[in-house]
Amino acid sequence: MTSIETFPPGLVLILGAIAVPFLRGTVQKAWILLLPLIVLGLVWQVPDGTVLTVSFLDYTLTPVKGDPLSRLFAIIFSIMAFAGGLYAINHCRVAEMTAAFIYAGSAIGVTFAGDLVTLFLFWEMMALGSTTVLLTGGGRAAVPAAMRYLLMHVMGGSLLLVGIVTHLDATGSIAFVAMKPESFATWMILLGFLINAAAPPLSAWLPDAYPEASPGGMVFLSAFTTKTAVYVLIRGFPGAEILIFVGLFMVFYGIIYALLENDMRRILAYSIVNQVGFMVTGIGIGTEMALNGAAAHAFTHIIYKALLLMSAGSVLLMTGKRKCTDLGGLFQSMPLTTICGIIGALSISSFPLTSGFISKSMIAQAAIDESLMIVWYLLAAASAGVFLHAGIKFPWFVFFQKDSGLRSPDPPLNMRLAMIFFAFMCIAVGVFPGPLYSLLPFSVDYVPYTAAHVLTMLQLLLFSGLAFFICLPLMKRTLTISLDADWLYRRLLPFVLERLVAVFKPVDQGIRAGFLDGINGLIARTYKYLGPEGVMARTIRAGSMVYWAVTLLVVYLVLNLV
Amino acid sequence: MAEKKKTMAKKKAKKSPANPKAADNVTSETKGQEYTSLHWLVRPPTIRMLWIGGGLVLAALVAIETGIKTHGYFGIDDTFAFNAWYGFIVCVAMVIAAKGLGIFLKREDTYYDVD
Repeated sequence: MTSIETFPPGLVLILGAIAVPFLRGTVQKAWILLLPLIVLGLVWQVPDGTVLTVSFLDYTLTPVKGDPLSRLFAIIFSIMAFAGGLYAINHCRVAEMTAAFIYAGSAIGVTFAGDLVTLFLFWEMMALGSTTVLLTGGGRAAVPAAMRYLLMHVMGGSLLLVGIVTHLDATGSIAFVAMKPESFATWMILLGFLINAAAPPLSAWLPDAYPEASPGGMVFLSAFTTKTAVYVLIRGFPGAEILIFVGLFMVFYGIIYALLENDMRRILAYSIVNQVGFMVTGIGIGTEMALNGAAAHAFTHIIYKALLLMSAGSVLLMTGKRKCTDLGGLFQSMPLTTICGIIGALSISSFPLTSGFISKSMIAQAAIDESLMIVWYLLAAASAGVFLHAGIKFPWFVFFQKDSGLRSPDPPLNMRLAMIFFAFMCIAVGVFPGPLYSLLPFSVDYVPYTAAHVLTMLQLLLFSGLAFFICLPLMKRTLTISLDADWLYRRLLPFVLERLVAVFKPVDQGIRAGFLDGINGLIARTYKYLGPEGVMARTIRAGSMVYWAVTLLVVYLVLNLV
Repeated sequence: MAEKKKTMAKKKAKKSPANPKAADNVTSETKGQEYTSLHWLVRPPTIRMLWIGGGLVLAALVAIETGIKTHGYFGIDDTFAFNAWYGFIVCVAMVIAAKGLGIFLKREDTYYDVD
């Protein structure tokens, strides 16, 4: 019998989530807060190595296999589920909360999956859970966005499944271990992973779908899908060089699109792609320092991005506004939300004494160690760009700029507590990086706080800030969106299909009509000859038959004589 | 008295939300005592002080580099105050690049509304 220590922690969260709709009132709320903490305790206890195996067909599945990398991601996923639950407990529907916990549990399931089949099952449950979060929490616009989101992830899942099956056929192994993108199978697996990481050219699903979720829903969504993709890339494709290029593209894509964006939560959605880009670049570099950096950055990113989205979600919930053109001056009536938003903004910008400073700099250090000059210059430019698009732009346009006249108060207590908790964590991890470093997959030989590092980072960031205020006239907010790759399937594809229909409809109708005429003609002719009045159906007298038999006999005899 | 004015201004703002133009007019047309109708952080003298303070901090950050040895790894990054000028230039470049791309990429935010 399976003891609780060997039971998959992700499954505990999923089963616990299913209980949520059956509970009521205070018990339900207490369970929502307690469940992630129970799971956190279980995650903490997962030892190194294979913990649980299950026979399935001819294969042995490994639903729970622990190591520092698995635990690191599972720990932050559990913490995120707790903080997200606390934040959303009053404004999210029960169905949404249940789906969010199933989603979180599936993400934890992925992190402990020791084989590709288990990974795939939890991977697909994540897609279903996250789609349900969108559908149950969002408004009317969320439904088509959720369908596009689901289609994209079903496609990613299909690629992953093709890769897994082909890989199994080629190697006979379902173990989830480090691979290289050298065969069709591993390329398919990599593509499946990259779609969840919001990698180009299919990044648009993220800023398309996430901002349509409820305030709490988007906090959950920001944490799991892309970071699970980062986890599987760290484990599955460390050092795959193509990831450096993919990551750098994501970094600048996120910055440029966030600079153009007017919707505060979409700014932060583009910013997720930007930050995951840093992690993907680190995975592509592939050294122990880089992988530690990518893992640490995923950990800190989940916290500060959730904090930023909690702050933005509070503004949305309290004001009903989400566009920068409608916002501004809220620092006067929402001081706590403003302060927490600023702490999140400083963290994402890697400001000294915040969590981003001690994680992102490891990736840059790895580029230096590997003498990747261009990569380092681009990462430095991107670090400045992060301060530009998220570090200043978000708080400036939402809480400051021109006074919108809105005087909404800070959100309810539970939401304030969730923000305070994550703001505290941003600073605590930034000031005391030791505990996080001890959780990383490789031993850490890196000292973030040197006078030179602090000085250079402050120079980079504060002069970026100067550039922001000097360029402010160029960044006037407009009631616009920016075209992205989703234009291909939201506009071009329907347009092409409509044109094709317009062109081929007459042709198709002509072919059908011609074919139908042919069939009708055949039937008519058949009827003519074989019908009741047809030649072939006529009654023939016996005399005629004898006449024709004699005629044929005569012809035969004549021919025989000749 | 000042407190009373502040409270009244707040009440007024609550009654007529989303009126940025009115706030702008107050900013540009009022002097001295009437700044009290604005939050202290957005009063012109405060903003002037913030610009001066910010400028001093930036100057100090560059000046400190004369005393702290920073390490360059790839050549150009070893130049004086590299991170300061590099951060500034790349940010201006990114804003301009975004502005340029915006010409082609931006659409009305109702563009997809027929979906």
